[in-house]
Parts: sequence; C-alpha cells; structure tokens
Amino acid sequence: MTASGSPASTGSAAVPHLDIDPFDMNFFADPYPTHQRLREAGPVVYLDKWNVYGVARYAEVHAVLNDPATFCSSRGVGLSDFKKETPWRPPSLILEADPPAHTRTRAVLSKVLSPTVMKQVRDRFAAAAEERVNALLDKRSFDAITDLAEAYPLSIFPDALGLKAEGREHLIPYASVVFNAFGPPNQLRQEAIARSTPHQAYVAEQCQRDNLAPGGFGACIHARVDAGEITATEAPLLVRSLLSAGLDTTVNGIGAAVYCLARFPDQWQRLRADLTLARNAFEEAVRFESPVQTFFRTTTREVELSGATIGEGEKVLMFLAAANRDPRRWDEPDSYDITRRTSGHVGFGSGIHMCVGQLVARLEGEVMLTALARRIAKIEITGEPKRRFNNTLRGLDSLPVTITPA
Amino acid sequence: MPAITFIHPDGKSERVETADGESAMQAATRLGLDGILAECGGNAMCATCHVYVDESWLARLPGMADDEDALLDGTASERLPNSRLSCQIKITPGLDGLVVKLPERQV
Repeated sequence: MTASGSPASTGSAAVPHLDIDPFDMNFFADPYPTHQRLREAGPVVYLDKWNVYGVARYAEVHAVLNDPATFCSSRGVGLSDFKKETPWRPPSLILEADPPAHTRTRAVLSKVLSPTVMKQVRDRFAAAAEERVNALLDKRSFDAITDLAEAYPLSIFPDALGLKAEGREHLIPYASVVFNAFGPPNQLRQEAIARSTPHQAYVAEQCQRDNLAPGGFGACIHARVDAGEITATEAPLLVRSLLSAGLDTTVNGIGAAVYCLARFPDQWQRLRADLTLARNAFEEAVRFESPVQTFFRTTTREVELSGATIGEGEKVLMFLAAANRDPRRWDEPDSYDITRRTSGHVGFGSGIHMCVGQLVARLEGEVMLTALARRIAKIEITGEPKRRFNNTLRGLDSLPVTITPA
Repeated sequence: MPAITFIHPDGKSERVETADGESAMQAATRLGLDGILAECGGNAMCATCHVYVDESWLARLPGMADDEDALLDGTASERLPNSRLSCQIKITPGLDGLVVKLPERQV
C-alpha cells in the first residue's frame, strides 16, 4: 500500500473517482451543483485532480471531524502534507496540532474566549454595532461588505485583542493568505504566499507581549505563561491564531448573514418581528453559506470509512459546506430559515478542533443583526454582488445595498 | 429505552424517550424541545444546553470535567449547585426517570 499517489494501488476500487477541481474559479462561482455531485457519488470519493479523498455527506464529514486520532491535523489541515513538505509558515500550535499537544494550547484559548469573557465584552460589542448602524443610516446606500461586514469586526476585534492602531490594514490580507494557503498550489495560493511577506512581518511583531494592550485577548494569552500553562515562545503563536482566524471569518459570517437577509425579505421581516431570532439568523447563515468551506485531515493509519478503505498518510478533504446542505441531515437544506434548529451544523467544524472563537463570532453576529433589524425596515440589493475568491473562504467582495429606515 | 423529563421555567413538563447512547441534550434537540439550544452541537464549548438537575439525581450523574465546570461559570442564567451541561449527561439505563429543569435563558 502506497502512502499516496496512484489510487488504484490503494485497494479502494469501490471509491468513485471524480474529475472535479474544488479549488477552481468556476467551482467557486457556483459550488452547489458540484456539492450535490460529490454527495451523490458516494460516502467517500477520490478527486484525481489533487490525489485526495473527499467526503461531502454530513455523516462522513462529522465522523472524520470527530476521530482526530485517525484523521490528524498535525500534518496540516490544507492539501500540503507537513510530513513531506515544509509548511509556508511555522505551524499553528492549535489548528495544526494533535492531542496531547493540542489539548494544552486549546485549553488556553478556550479560557481566553469563554462564555464568561463574552459576558464582559457584550455591551461593548453591542454599542459598536449600534454606532455602525447609525453611520449606515446616514449613508442609506453603501457597500454591505466594506461598510458593514468588514467595518464592524474591524471596529471591535483588533481593540478586543489589544492591537496597536498602526498597521491594522495588514489583518484582512494576512488572513486571506492563511486561508488561501490551505488550498492546492494553484494561482490563488501561489500569489497569496508571494505577497505575504509584509503581512507576516506585521503579524509576527504584533504577537509579542509588549505590543499587546493590557486586558485584551492577546495579553490574556501571554498571562497564561506566568501561570505556567504555556511557554513564552508558544504565546505569540497562539496570539497569531486569533489574528489568523478571528477576523476574516467573522467578516464573511456577517457578510453571509446580510446577504441572506437581503435576498430573503420574508426572513428579514420575521427577524424584525422577533429580534430574539437574531442569533439564530446568524447561525443559520453560517450553515447556509458556510464561510469556511473546506478543511483537510491526514490519515494516521489505514481506515475503513463507510465501506471505503483509505490508506495511511492520505489527505481527506472535508466539504463542510456540502455537509451543511446534505438532504440526509437537513430538511429543505437549500432554504434559509432563521427558525431552523441549526444545532449540529459543521460551519464551525465539530469535535476537538471546532472553532475556538465561535462564541465571539456568534456574539458579533447577534448584536449586529439585532441592531440592523431594530432600525432598518428594508435592505435592497442595488447592484450585482461581486464574489471574493479564496481557496477556503466563501464570501463576497462587494454587495451594493440601499436601506430604508424603520 | 430510558426516558427523562424536562421541566420548563413555566412549570410545564415534557417526558422524552432517549435513544441508545444519547446525551440528554441530543434527545432534547432531536425532538425539537424548546429551551435547549446546544449551539456547539455537543462539543462542550458553548454553555447553551444548561440544565438544573433535580437534587435527588445529582449524585448519580457522571462526574464533571474541568471544561464543563469552566463553561458553567458563563451560563446566561445563574449557575446553581445543581447546574450541568446536558450535552455531558449521557443517558444510561440507570438514569431512567431523570428530571432536569430548564433555565430561563440559554444566551
């Protein structure tokens, strides 16, 4: 059995081979028909283009996410296998780590971003959302991506982290590199990495203890060094995780929610009639659009998954977005329903690597949608939405809208 | 299969048949019970499946791990000595008849 390469030699003849490139621009433009093809082809598929296995049904995606001993993260959660290739940056101590190393670092970030901490920042996040809506009401017509989905997280998250005011323009470009780099060596990835040097330099500098304001999430991470939970060399890399994964994801999450609510006015009216639905309206947008579309795992041993045999050292691509619309798991999967019971969706992943910042994302989404629905009667899309292409993230580059005050 | 009872803040009670190996949270969400959100889907990461366990059952539950303990400090409704996360209560035959109260709020 070979570690990778020719699938014929891996004894998995029952696995359907598909000629699909899930990192191609045409795919990104409209992934849904291909997601369906992937789900219907079988529980496990093989993608010849990149020599990887793929899972697109809910049950298999959930199973892979919840068996980290077999489907590991330490060999990278992108296509690149860290056992064979040098990673483009020093690996993450949490995302690209397995237990027991992961358990310790994960506990630190869980504590820094806990429900208790969310209670402390809630009022501040809500006030900033109100301010943002005030500014939007003055404008009436604006770009819902730049002026809302980006402007709002940028107005709170860097401050919550304790970042200096200078250089914040590197944050979104840095995150864009990180998420492009999980993809294959296509143009998106190569160009992103080629442009990354100044962004990497900025991020490395800001992760240092002296550059993080007291009381922020960054300083709280460094404080765990004093408690003996992590070392002084680990702390900056854990701060880096928040810089990598804490901003662009929420930008795309909020962008997804606004795009959904603008496209489906009946759901917008339901939200306006009952503001307590705001949090679930955001959650359902994360299911429906899946801002993080995919992640990879690498097998640590030969494993049988739903009848398919996968050898050791194989990359497995999990289609989170396809799982979130799998009709085997969801009623009317292609409809955006803000009263849906969303529990169990894999938009934030599942298992030990499930998004450690999920509570921050939900809080931002909830207070932003509440503020919008309280003050705005109508959101109309006034121009062609433009997509932003990224190997991992799904979102828009621009969404021109006009709002009518309530 | 063991059955458990959820009591809503208004006093209304709902008896729920659990399926094999389910947690109390999973039984509640599978049946669409109001009052359990379970935003993280059972990964002990969000504290939105908070319940107050009937005192007579408390000692019979599985022990509390550190992560559950920490999450309970951040629940939306007040943490009480009998607070637990229902995703961490796996229903075994010995828990047939378990009674839990739902808090006013989960977020």
